Amino acid sequence: MLPRGTGAPGCSRRGLRSHFTQERPHSRWRASCRCASCALPLLPKLRSCAHPANKTRTVHANLLYDAANKGEENPNRHYANNKIKTTKYTVLSFLPKNLFEQFHRFANVYFVFIALLNFVPVVNAFQPELALAPVVFILSVTAIKDLWEDYRRHRSDKEINHMDCLVFSRAERRYVEKYWKEVRVGDFIRLRCNEILPADVLLLSSSDPDRLCHIETATLDGETNLKQRQVVRSFFDLDCEFDPLKYNSIIECEKPNNDLNRFRGYIIHRSGRRDALYKENLLLRGCTIRNTEEAVGIVIYAGHETKAMLNNNGPRYKRSKLERQMNVDVFWCVVILLVLCLFAAIGHGLWMFQYGDKRPVFDVLSPEGTDLSPIMSAIYLFLTMIIVFQVLIPISLFVSIEIVKICQVYFIHQDMDLYDEETDSHLQCRALNITEDLGQMQYIFSDKTGTLTENKMVFRRCTVAGVEYSHDANAKRLAMYQEMDSEEEECTSHGGTLPRRDSVTSHQSARVVLRSQSTKSHRRTGSRAEAKRAISSAVLLFSCCRLFTDKTCSVPQEKDITPDPKLLDKVNDCSSQMDFMRFHSQPMSQLPSDLSDTIDFFIALTICNTVVVSSPNQPRHKNFLSLRNVSQKYSSSSSLITNRSSNKGCSSLLSSPSAESTLTKLHEERSCGGLENAFSPVPPSYDGKASWNIEEGELRYEAESPDEAALVYAARAYKCSLVGRLPDQVTVELPHLGKLSFELLHTLGFDSTRKRMSVVVRHPLTDQITVYTKGADSVIMDLIKPPNTGKRQKKIVCRTQNYLNLYAADGLRTLCIAKKILSQEEYACWLQRHLEAETAIQGREQLLFESALRLETNLQLLGATGIEDRLQDGVPETIASLRKAGLQIWVLTGDKQETAVNIAYACKLLDPEEEILTLNADSQDLLNLFAPFDLHPSSSLSSSSSHAAPFLVHRLGLVIDGRTLAYALDKSLEDKFLAVARSCRSVLCCRSTPLQKSMVVKLVRNKLKVMTLAIGDGANDVSMIQVADVGVGISGQEGMQAVMASDFALPRFRYLQKLLLVHGHWCYSRLANMILYFFYKNAMFVALIFWFQFYCGFSGSAMIDQWYLIFFNLMFSAFPQLITGTLDKDVSAETLQHLPQLYVNGQNSEEYKPYMFWMNMIDAFYQSLMCFFIPYFAYADSDMDLFTWGTPITTLALFTILLHLGIETKTWTWMNWLSIAFSIALFFTVALCYNASCPTCYSPSNPYWTMQRLLQDPLFYLLCIITPVAALLPRYFYRACQGTLFPSPVQVGRQLDKLPADTRRNILSLTRVKVGSPLSPKPPFLSLSKASPKGCNKNDQRSISGSKTLEATQGQADEEEDRSCLSGPTDSEMHLSDLYTLVPSEIDTLPYTKDAPQPAGELQPPSTEVSECLDKTLEPSDVSLSSWITSTPLLTPADSVQLNLLPDGAPQCVRYSRNSEDRLKPDHAVHPAHRTEQEVEQLLHTKL
Amino acid sequence: MMASSYNAKEEDGHPSGASGHGGPGVVKSKKPDNTAFKQQRLPAWQPILTAGTVLPAFFVIGLIFIPIGIGLFVTSNNIKEFEIDYTGVDMDSPCYTCAKNSSWNNTTPCTCSVDFTLEQPFESNVFMYYGLSNFYQNHRRYVKSRDDSQLNGGRSALMEPSKECEPYRKTDGVPIAPCGAIANSLFNDTLELFHIDSNGSRNAVPLVKKGIAWWTDKHVKFRNPGGNNNLTLAFQGDFSKPVNWRKPVYELDPSDPENNGFINEDFIVWMRTAALPTFRKLYRIIQKKSSTTPTLPSGKYTLDITYNYPVLSFDGRKRMILSTISWMGGKNPFLGIAYITVGSICFFLGVVLLIIHYKYDTRNNSADIPN
Repeated sequence: MLPRGTGAPGCSRRGLRSHFTQERPHSRWRASCRCASCALPLLPKLRSCAHPANKTRTVHANLLYDAANKGEENPNRHYANNKIKTTKYTVLSFLPKNLFEQFHRFANVYFVFIALLNFVPVVNAFQPELALAPVVFILSVTAIKDLWEDYRRHRSDKEINHMDCLVFSRAERRYVEKYWKEVRVGDFIRLRCNEILPADVLLLSSSDPDRLCHIETATLDGETNLKQRQVVRSFFDLDCEFDPLKYNSIIECEKPNNDLNRFRGYIIHRSGRRDALYKENLLLRGCTIRNTEEAVGIVIYAGHETKAMLNNNGPRYKRSKLERQMNVDVFWCVVILLVLCLFAAIGHGLWMFQYGDKRPVFDVLSPEGTDLSPIMSAIYLFLTMIIVFQVLIPISLFVSIEIVKICQVYFIHQDMDLYDEETDSHLQCRALNITEDLGQMQYIFSDKTGTLTENKMVFRRCTVAGVEYSHDANAKRLAMYQEMDSEEEECTSHGGTLPRRDSVTSHQSARVVLRSQSTKSHRRTGSRAEAKRAISSAVLLFSCCRLFTDKTCSVPQEKDITPDPKLLDKVNDCSSQMDFMRFHSQPMSQLPSDLSDTIDFFIALTICNTVVVSSPNQPRHKNFLSLRNVSQKYSSSSSLITNRSSNKGCSSLLSSPSAESTLTKLHEERSCGGLENAFSPVPPSYDGKASWNIEEGELRYEAESPDEAALVYAARAYKCSLVGRLPDQVTVELPHLGKLSFELLHTLGFDSTRKRMSVVVRHPLTDQITVYTKGADSVIMDLIKPPNTGKRQKKIVCRTQNYLNLYAADGLRTLCIAKKILSQEEYACWLQRHLEAETAIQGREQLLFESALRLETNLQLLGATGIEDRLQDGVPETIASLRKAGLQIWVLTGDKQETAVNIAYACKLLDPEEEILTLNADSQDLLNLFAPFDLHPSSSLSSSSSHAAPFLVHRLGLVIDGRTLAYALDKSLEDKFLAVARSCRSVLCCRSTPLQKSMVVKLVRNKLKVMTLAIGDGANDVSMIQVADVGVGISGQEGMQAVMASDFALPRFRYLQKLLLVHGHWCYSRLANMILYFFYKNAMFVALIFWFQFYCGFSGSAMIDQWYLIFFNLMFSAFPQLITGTLDKDVSAETLQHLPQLYVNGQNSEEYKPYMFWMNMIDAFYQSLMCFFIPYFAYADSDMDLFTWGTPITTLALFTILLHLGIETKTWTWMNWLSIAFSIALFFTVALCYNASCPTCYSPSNPYWTMQRLLQDPLFYLLCIITPVAALLPRYFYRACQGTLFPSPVQVGRQLDKLPADTRRNILSLTRVKVGSPLSPKPPFLSLSKASPKGCNKNDQRSISGSKTLEATQGQADEEEDRSCLSGPTDSEMHLSDLYTLVPSEIDTLPYTKDAPQPAGELQPPSTEVSECLDKTLEPSDVSLSSWITSTPLLTPADSVQLNLLPDGAPQCVRYSRNSEDRLKPDHAVHPAHRTEQEVEQLLHTKL
Repeated sequence: MMASSYNAKEEDGHPSGASGHGGPGVVKSKKPDNTAFKQQRLPAWQPILTAGTVLPAFFVIGLIFIPIGIGLFVTSNNIKEFEIDYTGVDMDSPCYTCAKNSSWNNTTPCTCSVDFTLEQPFESNVFMYYGLSNFYQNHRRYVKSRDDSQLNGGRSALMEPSKECEPYRKTDGVPIAPCGAIANSLFNDTLELFHIDSNGSRNAVPLVKKGIAWWTDKHVKFRNPGGNNNLTLAFQGDFSKPVNWRKPVYELDPSDPENNGFINEDFIVWMRTAALPTFRKLYRIIQKKSSTTPTLPSGKYTLDITYNYPVLSFDGRKRMILSTISWMGGKNPFLGIAYITVGSICFFLGVVLLIIHYKYDTRNNSADIPN
């Protein structure tokens, strides 16, 4: 079993497929899920009236009450029926309910308030009805959207409710077809193969002779392996078909709850006998019946009370960082609004005041005819101004953002690069409103297994009885596979031509294409990118070919294991001996212990699991029958062994699975006077063997976790194969011995606390009761019988431990196998208590857990296995690239330290050249571990001189184990832990529990105030995924829990690169720019009216027609910004991926900084000044009337706003042109129509023929030309200067885009982009390139912000010496440049060495010209970061510093050990040319 | 084997295949379409704003704007305009007494004459304006205080004016026609222009009072109730005149039924509320009589004013303006200056950018393309 905390692991990749099907919008499950939350509140009411005091649910058969009048006294009548209604609204309730929901949004309330304010005559600014228009528009758009969604739900509900199922009818005495919605609790329903369960059903009968029913739970948890469900025990013995009419038991069970993995209750028969009910008896709604011809059950929960329905929560709502920032600025807008209003109000008061009592003719009395005092008038005006200026708070912003985000999600969905052909799955965006967060990530927390690795386990090595079998042949073959793969890739890449991917509609055709491609003409395009793409597509195609040549959707390695010849011999030897002994009736105990260990080891591998056997070449249900026939054939013999003395043999061909009956059997056996000889007199049937040979290739194992499958396949390679599994019996085929059936007494399933699983079987050869345990080495080793029993055992344990360490060092996952033989008495004793535990209703889990603990003691170690978990494609490249992007990557894994470290090396997370800091502590003395680090930051902070004190060790990797992590996460230490951790380049947390994972994420997120992303694939990552700002689930091998909890679901880890670097960047920059533009636009428009107040006595008058005023935002200027917000690409995807440094842009929120809001505001005010005063002076002292003057201003504002957008638009597609043209055309069309429509309407402006007249006025056109130019001049000039003098990295990226493709590719591959400002002076640390005295190879600048976590602590001078080991005295040369921010840069200048091998010459930095262009200038990321520290490492590159806390608490708590030599692999050695280049590349400098 | 696994896959693709989704069909790949739009690869123009790229734009703008500006400036300067303030604030002003005594409820007309001299002859048609300063015709409540339906001759609106007209809606229950504050404050000075001959005789300059309002206003927006016949009958009795008016609406121009009542052009012009507190409104047109003689030859003139309109209470000013117009309207040098200024700034910035470009941009480019 997995040594990981997977609650309910799944296995097959096909799970994905079905899950995605399920995720289709119109899919019924998805639809029905959505509103379970709204159905929930209703439930308690229902329940409480049904059983006021009872905590359980009692279910009677409905048949008993059918005769009575419509079931008046039917006790089930209170339970929810099976009709589901997931809609939120009814026809009547729609309007009030929807409005109520919409008014939960503050903005809506605000706008309605303003609209209503307009109805007050004293303060009204517009026609009240008109002022309602925008609010009504926004509300109705949302309402229509809601209505449509609800209608879809209604339709899918209807479809579901009208599905058919067979329900037993008393009247007709047979099963009749009924709609799902007519099913009630207590009904008997009959299910046929491949039917979907309409409700939660208690299985009472199955056509299967083993009384099993197989279900597929893909729609619930995404797992597609078949699960077995058992008929309720009391109905087990029915030999004839189940007759509902004879049923008269009562079921007591839990109230409906949402725990899929729990069902407790009991059934009370007429006789008064009680039988416990388990989750194994319950078929859940939504599952599909497989492999079973027919099943009958009674409905327990129906409709909304089913577990499936209760389990679905609504979509999650998260608020993105950008939105939070935006809200701050919305708040500022409110402040500005209030200030403007106040200003106007005071102005109006003063204006009124100057006239004194002499009321001028134009100062009209209030409608009531009363004279208002200046103060009252000012107060009223304040409210009026709020109405007039309401546009400042952008009502359409919220709607626009939602629209843009939906479009962004759509585009992310559509990205071909994020589509996994192998699983036919897309990236899924499950959270619609945090797309832009993807562009701002700073920390990535990744799971290891299944995320970085494939989670496809390959058996690599094993140790049996202390002897290691290295499986060299296997390893060689694996290596060959890889080579072959790469060769194939090579040869396809020569083909050059890329098969059109979209022509590949199915995998079969993919194969065809591939073949034709390899034989196709060898045209060379010369384009490397194309070749690269061809490779990647070839990889894709190959992987799907594999899928087909290989029946289980797994790579061949998983199944084909070349056995180690020695071990194979041994197994053969052993089994032939056993065979021999069996024939000669010798007791098995005479077998040499190492041989028996060997055979036990393989038996354990084979049976100690939950693997289900099936053969894939037949439809599932048929296949099962044949399998059963086979198993029956030999099960008869086994039953003869075990049940010989049993009188119950007639009841079933099989031995009873019930532990209870086992107990009785035990007693009987004992009373019979001991056991007979264990050997079956019947020799194993050789016809079974023959059939096995045929079937051999066809047997397929479906395991819950890939480890299990790998082990079973491994055992099969040693001819020790699992051929059948029934709930009570496992059949194993052994060489020479043939098929053996093990009576399966108990299975103690895997759980993450125990980290092991056990099976209790009766060995068919020895007839001993044997416990086989398989689990994590750390746990098993503790449970091994104290080795004082025998020297041999001691040796085995010792050796095994040795090998285990070796395995772990190789990055293999280790499992230990152990066994234990129980005497009859021991077993009986244990069984007694176990049964008690099983039947307990209260605290059953705990009792079972304790029971398992009691059993799994004093084990005898058999051996250990090493399983390889291969890295996913492209993981090292992705990590390298993400790291270049300035992302900190932490790996949090449950695996053991050695394995984790090795995987980390493999995926380049840890660099062999960097120092590894390992923290393993046994107590809270961890403080001491951190102590040496305390001083580095403090000293560097305190020393203001350039003669900086020693720095933190450069390129540090931190490895911390779970136990230490627990201390580190303690309140008192977390700051220190963080300080250390953030100064490390990579952090690896091993052996961490799911809770710890989430705590780490929470800690980093809250303390460092950074954006965190958690990525994982298993149930153990769920909490971490939920805690992080963005949770990403890998829809991989381990079921769907992670995906269900995630915001984004990826098919592969490597897609994270494009998701973050490209889509994240785009989403962020698009949205940031759009929001800024929105603020600008509204401020600019409102300011126009504000300036006018100076010329209308601050009376709240507007020269802009109220129609324009209200629809300006909503219609005239809305489309271009939406198009730009959706489609604008600042940098092309290719450049973004090749220059991950550009991602820093989003991390530092450079598109939208707080000051930018104010800059935009100032620009808006300037532009509005232009748009106001140019027409003002042009028409000063003329006979222009108010609205004829206001219309040009509106037009000018529109032009200016659109052109402003034009300046900010980076890519102009035809959509942009069209939208702008459309906007202008729309404005003029509307204006012309509006102005021609009604001569007497639209008071007060009454703009009849205004626009028409203006269009005849040459002055109008002259204004239209000059005003936008004058208004946009500063911005345009600024942008031009910025583009030349201090271009942002993004802009350089954009310039790269413009270059011809070849040139660009050359530059990109060299990563030699000049991101520099010509104005910036030479950076002070240029001197670094002169190399420090000891000749440091590379200079990596680490940035450490001086934050509160780094405190100056004095009196730690004694630590200085230790530190000098870590850092070194050379830093004197270094100049601290506090003003310069640095991007963590990578050594690897070639991120894609694998894909695009470069000639060595290209790596050389040839000339000064090139080195000059290596300068990188990046804008200061954050001014608040007060200090930036550079550091130089002095240790030899491969040093690893081991910090171990000695248990005795010795004063020297830090021990340094150099074990670098063996770590340094030749291929990691830095090429000399490389080095020089790095030096040059490191000349990062920045200009403030 | 192949086929079987394929089937299995197909089956898995439709876990709910039996549930009424319409049987198992061919598995449709969910692979996204490779279209330029969906892959966000639409062909696009990517302008990069650097000194080098925007430089031409600045020069072009500069080169276009400056000539336009000069043209506008010259045009504006060719327009002749004469303005005279007759408010009568100063003691020595001829209208001082009238100004002091004028009030809304004054019934006796006060007249005064202002003499002025035109230095240059006005050649083409001359437009005579009256100008008001400090008069906030754009005040929010003032602007609203009208009823367009009533002005359009709507019977019902005539009887029951819009609430917007409050408090000038009814007097003692009788509806006011025309209602509202704008109408109520109608400019009611009468201006007459006399040319003083060289021999000292006063010749009245013929002032045309029609054609001063928008054609659409006169013919579409404003209409008399019950047609133009017998206005007296149409208005009398049921209506009262606005409180500040001396005479009812049907006596605005008794001489010409086409210019009386709501369609009186002076009234229409007034009803078009001015944009800014200092404004002018067209009062009369002095038509050019012949091509040989100027419309208004240079010389001495007298402006006779019937001073009714009080402006001193709000510190207002009244002016009479004589102006010729060009294609770009009245005299206003601003736009010309603005064009010249913006053009010059653009040109200047263009030069700055040129410097920047040659100093910094070239290096940038060469660095971008190392080979």
